[in-house]
This record gives sequence, C-alpha cells and structure tokens, in this order.
Amino acid sequence: MGFEKFGRKSFTAMTKTAKFVDFLAEGKINGTVCKKCGTKYFPPRADCANCFSNEMDWFEMPKKGRLETFTTAMYAPFGFEADPPYTMGVVDFGNGLKLFARLAKDIKPEDVKVGMDVTVRTLKYDDGQLSFEIAKA
Amino acid sequence: MAKDVAVIGVGQSHFVRGYEGSIRELAFEAFREAMQDAGITQKQVDASIFCSAPEYDKQRSPAGVLAEYLGLIPQPTFYVETVCSSSSTGVKIGYGLIKSGLHDVIVVLGFQKMSEITSAESQERMGRGADIQWEAPFGTMMPAYYALYAQAYMAKNGLTHDDLMNVRVKAATYGQINERAVYRKGVKPEDFDPKNPEAKLAAPVALPLRVGDCCANADGSSCIILASKKKVKELGIKKPVYILGLGAASEAVNMAARPDCAQGIKVAKVAADVAYKMAGAGPQDIDVAEVHDCFTIAEIMAYEALGFAPVGEGKQLIREKATYREGKIPVNVDGGLLSKGHPIGATGGSQIRTIVLQLRGEAGPMQVKDPEIGLVHNIGGVGLYGNVTIFGR
Ligand SMILES: [Zn+2]
Repeated sequence: MGFEKFGRKSFTAMTKTAKFVDFLAEGKINGTVCKKCGTKYFPPRADCANCFSNEMDWFEMPKKGRLETFTTAMYAPFGFEADPPYTMGVVDFGNGLKLFARLAKDIKPEDVKVGMDVTVRTLKYDDGQLSFEIAKA
Repeated sequence: MAKDVAVIGVGQSHFVRGYEGSIRELAFEAFREAMQDAGITQKQVDASIFCSAPEYDKQRSPAGVLAEYLGLIPQPTFYVETVCSSSSTGVKIGYGLIKSGLHDVIVVLGFQKMSEITSAESQERMGRGADIQWEAPFGTMMPAYYALYAQAYMAKNGLTHDDLMNVRVKAATYGQINERAVYRKGVKPEDFDPKNPEAKLAAPVALPLRVGDCCANADGSSCIILASKKKVKELGIKKPVYILGLGAASEAVNMAARPDCAQGIKVAKVAADVAYKMAGAGPQDIDVAEVHDCFTIAEIMAYEALGFAPVGEGKQLIREKATYREGKIPVNVDGGLLSKGHPIGATGGSQIRTIVLQLRGEAGPMQVKDPEIGLVHNIGGVGLYGNVTIFGR
C-alpha cells in the first residue's frame, strides 16, 4: 500500500514511512523511534536528525491528550470542496509528542474548547482513504 | 553598530488586483523608481537578486529573464525564495555580498503576480502551502494555520474579536492615505458586525478569523538598492539609510513539532533577538515599524515577539492606539499587508521601502514625527521563516 492512501487526499505517493498507512489499516497511529538514540518522532521520519541513524522502529502514539488549539474551516482548498465546515486541531500528549488532525464530526462545534481532554483514533473514509482523527475523551 | 551597507534607492509598484502586464513589466515599475531614486544607471550595479514565491510564476527561473529586461546583463543574477519573506531574505544576502567585498551595488527585486494563475490553481497551491506530506491531506489552508495561533492565543491572553477588528481598522486608516495600496476603503466596526447584512468583513473564513482578519492578495513589485559605505560616498547619496541589524530564523513546518501556539510565532522572536543584538539596540529604540500582518492576529503576536509589549499584553497597544502614527510605537502606518496588500515576493521590499521613506522624512501623509531607527518584521509561510531587519539614518 502506498502513501497515496493517506488522508482525505494525499499529495505524496512515495515515502520511506509509507508503512504508516498499513498501521492505520490496523487501527494504529504510529510514530517512529530511533533505534540508536531513542528519539521519538511524530509525524514519522525515516532518518534521525539527532544521531544521523536511519534505523527506525515504530511505536504506537499515546491515546489521551489535551487539545492545544483548533480552527473550523468554512472554506476549503481545491480538492476538499465537499468537506466544509470541518475542524482541525493540535493535540499535545504532554511527553514532547503532538499531533495535527481533523476533529471527529460527532463533536459539536460549541463543545470544542482549548485545553479540553481528547483522544485520537484511526478512520477510514468511504472511498478507502485512511486517516486519523481527534475524538471526545 | 556598524554602518557598512546602506539602502540608496527604493521603489514599489502600485499593489493591484489583476495587473495588466507581464511579470517583467511589473518588475520594471519598482526598478525604475528605485534607480531614479538612487540616481544611478545599470552600469553602476554589480549584481541583482530576484525574489518571489515560485508557485505563482509561469516563467521558470525568472532571474535571468528579469535581469535582461531591466538591463542588468551581463552582471551576475540569481533567485531566492522564502515565500512571503523572499525579498527580506534577498536583502540579507545582498548585505552579505557587499559586506564580504565581493560587490558594491546590488539590486534586490521582489515581485509577485498572484493573478498569473487562476483562482482555482491558487486555491490548490495555498492548500499545499505548508507540510504537504502530513498536513495538506487534512485540507489545510493559510488562514486555518493562523487561526490555530489565534484560537490558542485568544484563549490564553484574553484577546477579543474586537481587538482583532481594531487591528484591521487601524490598517484601513492608513490604506486610505496610501495611494499604492490595493484596499483603499476605510473599515468601521459595523463592517465586522455579523448582524449587519452589508458586513462583508464579518464572514467566517477559518474560525476565529473572519474575512476582515485576512490580508488582500495582490500583484506588485518592490525594489531595494543596496550599496557599500564607499559607494555611498562616491555616488554622493544624500540620504543613505543604513542596515544596522539583520536577524533570520527557521522553524518546523509541521504544527506537531512546534511550541504551544499560544506563545506566538517563534521565528519572529529568534530573529528579533539576533537583529537587536547586531544593531546594539532594543525595542525601546524603535521609532517606527513594519510588521507582517498577513492576518490581524499576526500583528498582535508581532508586538510581543519584537518586545513592543510584554508577552500576553499585545492587545493593550491596539486598545490604547499606541501603534497609530501619533502613538508611542507606530506600526504599519502604510496600511500593512491587510490594506496595502500582500504580493508575496514583493512584500518585504515594500515594508523596507516604507521604513526607508520614513527615516528620510519622505513618507508624505503617512510620515511619523522624526524617526531615527526603524524595524521590518517579515514572516515567510506560517512562521516557517522569520526575518527582522533594523534600519537607521
Ligand atoms: Zn537517533
């Protein structure tokens, strides 16, 4: 499976981290961790900028975090016209790891608050695209 | 502070929607004004640097094409890009080339014809403005990124929608008196009232940002001519404005790899610290500033990054009208990106031109009273690149 399966619409076909999408299919949101120095990365990276190693393992991201910020897009770029309004945000897991994603459609806009507890989960769109989203804790 | 490199000429085209000409003709407008301002000919120019955001250009490798049109061949030319701060980066590189002794006079030309591509093409490019691998697949766009900063910042610091609106009201105050601005209309609070059916600026774009919180796309060009101290003397330049400090910084493209959005744009603070140190100056020494107000929230965050206000207190400056022309630290008294317009590659050079004219006492109706030191804050992408440049007479 290639990286074109990632997200609502992917702009990248090939990356050494394409296995990320296979993990999404298994219900896992994974980052990479350097085998040599232990540095953790999300989004995943194939190369460690800390020690120059290219030997990476996968690790599963934490589930629970707090919503650092969010925005609701009323307009969308080309290729996403059918989607607005949709809310995107940043989750801080508190251990140096963060994640950017859309918020699940089942969260009411008026319930979204900076600092609220949230969880993250994988998601499959009707067209088969694989992604992950921020959900109610 | 060293006064080794000076700005000897400045130029800018009108910033417009749908420029009726090609990029070479657009570039020529700013170039002609800057060359006539400096009072030099092409023979006296040693090299040229062209700056734009390439995703809007149909012409591949524009530097050579534009250098020929401006009459700057066979001198060396090249192209630099840091999106919205491209021409500030061009000036920084020009400074280095002069300071090293390699060249004495350099033309830095920023241009952008955003209308070169269709609005559908533009929408697609804007959507890919940041991390195309890990963020664009969620449907991101520029206003949404700044909205992420705005949401976190407003929650933490008690900044209100009205504070943001008042940044726009200030910008429009000066856009009305800047004949080069794309948005010449005034803005009143009623224009932001969601209950007013006529209020076009109230429509949400990416909450909490509304149409009125976003700058205007524009076509435009800017030109800054730099010269060594030696050449300033030889050419008999009457009102040289010297570069006193230069700071630049870069940041992670992905929001997941950045500090808390509530802290503002990190590159601005890093670049400001470097520029202040080099200039041997501090925020209290700045008499007039141009900041990168691509969105209203960006101006408030800039006040703090530059040290004009304590962290979290940027709102006070707009509430007290301290950044109006008569205030203690006038900011964007040419209309800023919000009203003057934001032709990506030309923006930094236009900001520099405003500060140079201010320091020379030639800013016309926008003139601040007798400024000696001015500052330009120019951000590329969503805080991907930060540039702060300090100028003095
Ligand atoms: Zn490592």
